[in-house]
Amino acid sequence: MTAAGGAARLEFDRVACLRGHRLLFEGLSFALGPGEAALVTGPNGTGKSSLLRLAAGLLAPAAGAIRREGAIALADERHALDPRLPLGRALAFWAAIDGRGADAVAAALDTTGLAAIAEVPVRMLSTGQARRAGLARLIAGGAAIWLLDEPGNGLDAASLDRLAGAMAAHRAGGGIVLAASHQPLGLADAQAIGLAP
Amino acid sequence: MSALARIAARDLARAYAGGGVLLPLIFFLLVATLFPFAVGPDARLLAATGGGALWMAALLAALLPVDRLLAPDAEAGVLDQLALRGISEEAVALAKLAAHWLAFGPPLLIAALPAAALLKLDGATLARLEMGLALGTPGLAALTLMTSALTLGLRGAGALAGLVMLPLAVPILIFGAGSLGAADNGGLKLLAAASLILVALAPFAAGAALRAGRE
Repeated sequence: MTAAGGAARLEFDRVACLRGHRLLFEGLSFALGPGEAALVTGPNGTGKSSLLRLAAGLLAPAAGAIRREGAIALADERHALDPRLPLGRALAFWAAIDGRGADAVAAALDTTGLAAIAEVPVRMLSTGQARRAGLARLIAGGAAIWLLDEPGNGLDAASLDRLAGAMAAHRAGGGIVLAASHQPLGLADAQAIGLAP
Repeated sequence: MSALARIAARDLARAYAGGGVLLPLIFFLLVATLFPFAVGPDARLLAATGGGALWMAALLAALLPVDRLLAPDAEAGVLDQLALRGISEEAVALAKLAAHWLAFGPPLLIAALPAAALLKLDGATLARLEMGLALGTPGLAALTLMTSALTLGLRGAGALAGLVMLPLAVPILIFGAGSLGAADNGGLKLLAAASLILVALAPFAAGAALRAGRE
């Protein structure tokens, strides 16, 4: 569906993560190719979000190397949408920066079941709707590598099904999914990355 | 439209729609209104000191938006999302500087007209004030942006921002207020030079501060 040009790849090679003089994990290695997925699990504070931010390039690893091929998209608890704007236009800002058209936004709204509230200002969205709006931004972006931080938080059963469907479609199109979650996300044959305290 | 133009356009729309433009303006006019109460209504005294007072007011007005310039975007994850897309922090800072000046400079130039009338400034002084503000506000906007980036994420950033920014604004204030006096004392040129240095420095300083502050 989405993966743009070339084979996507995300590779961690003996990566260590140091946050505020505390070693969260070290020697972490895994590799994800087109269509593959990994689910990061572990108790609170073991570095799941840090792992995703390392993968995104927002944090630098304390040791080891991270290689990525393909565009990266991150959906965490902050949807990064303008609270004042209607949802559709807030998404259109990011779609325009990503070089995507209005049809990509419409398709993403459809996928996340938000098409009916595209005209509602972002600040009026409920918790679950705001999470889905963040996912819609990620889907509309068309990046090859999806990094999802607790994407299931605040979602109802129907939305979780939609998310599973979107992730499956993304992988079928050659995309990569790296998700951190406490709950099962319906990722078929995903690598398990367990972080211990 | 390039990504930078989009970021600048978004910031500008947010400033005008969110009322962020009005706050420094009202503050500026308020100072111009209060100043005659403080020094008395003597027109000659007002005309002699009013220009300097307006420069002080402009400087303090520039300080007001410091906690709204970057903090909302940092909290909402907008800055992270831009970084993910390979847009450098320097480029983001440049776009934000352009948008901030457009939301701050021209309105201040307009507000200086009624303010000058309140302080009984004559036409020649007003012309030099407007010229000085046109040259100096980009420098003030650059200072605001740098301070905003440096104090991003700190508790009580607003109070600290004043301590960081006001000493650095001394050249702008000296050359700006100095250019009001004699007709051709080179004050405007020095003001333009000081402003240019700040504008040239701001994207790099603010960009480096944003990168260092990311966790």
